[in-house]
Amino acid sequence: MMKQLKRFKYFGVVVLVVTALTLFNKALGFKAVSLTGSNLKEMLLTLPPVFILLGLLDIWVPREAMVKYMGDKSGMKGIVLSILLGSAAAGPLYGAFPIAAVFMKKGVRFSNIVIFLGAWSTTKIPMLLFESSSLGLRFAVTRLLIDIPGIIIIAYLISALMSKEEIETIYANAESL
Amino acid sequence: MSGIALYSLAGILLIVSFIRDKQKTKKALMKAWKSFDNILPELLTVMATVGILLAVLDPKLISHLIGAESGWFGVIISAVVGAITLIPGFVAFPTAAMLLQNGAGYMQVAAFISTLMMVGIVTAPVEIKYFGKKFTLLRNISAFIFAFIVALIIGRVVAGI
Repeated sequence: MMKQLKRFKYFGVVVLVVTALTLFNKALGFKAVSLTGSNLKEMLLTLPPVFILLGLLDIWVPREAMVKYMGDKSGMKGIVLSILLGSAAAGPLYGAFPIAAVFMKKGVRFSNIVIFLGAWSTTKIPMLLFESSSLGLRFAVTRLLIDIPGIIIIAYLISALMSKEEIETIYANAESL
Repeated sequence: MSGIALYSLAGILLIVSFIRDKQKTKKALMKAWKSFDNILPELLTVMATVGILLAVLDPKLISHLIGAESGWFGVIISAVVGAITLIPGFVAFPTAAMLLQNGAGYMQVAAFISTLMMVGIVTAPVEIKYFGKKFTLLRNISAFIFAFIVALIIGRVVAGI
């Protein structure tokens, strides 16, 4: 029980801050609570299917298949697949982290995982129409065309800057999550 | 809309899985719950922090600081504000459109959108839990720098500066 409570200690601190904010400025405090509420609603709406999908992925998809399509020797195929998988999703970036952890368990190449995260965070195909209607087609398309090479360059840069041991530690950590 | 697609996909696959193997499906659901429970405290903290930040930051103040004439100074401010806050895309795009209507420049909005979606200071604890400190730092810093490149190109192409 204590151990359970301890996990939520930072959340407790934030709740205290909101309480203090409300005492200091009622309108601001209420606004913070209602914004948190809508954030939570979004999280609770997006995350359950994500976690169910990755539970199923973990159980049903054999490691060999993932290694073949996205592993160390997957080359161009692995890069394209990582971009497509990341771009198809519409949830916030933190929704991608648990999926990346399962990918690591299944032996997906590190640079492909970083590409997947980059694509998830910024090249949102389901939102392309939405982006062009809010900001203009030219804005949306230009951004997409810069983002794709940008994501790949960032992924290779990060992979080069991390040592082999550091990458192995991250993979080992994914096993325990 | 994409929520419905995601739910349908998860639902259909869950049914297929259940028909093929009850035991395996149960195990998959246990795994799903375990990974959700594992990350819950960090997520709650992040959500509440974002709520406080958005309540305190005034949209009028933001659009005043990042007007089209604000130049690189405005781009830096937009990138920094975007990096702190984390707003989901379907709120981010209309917010950006609102900023544009209130006089913000295209370059500034491009920087804002990029760091908004790619850099998350508030979500860093969640990211660290999965990938460690070094990776989180490297990914966020390179995404932050990348936002300036995006701003520069969008500025040239869209606004014709």
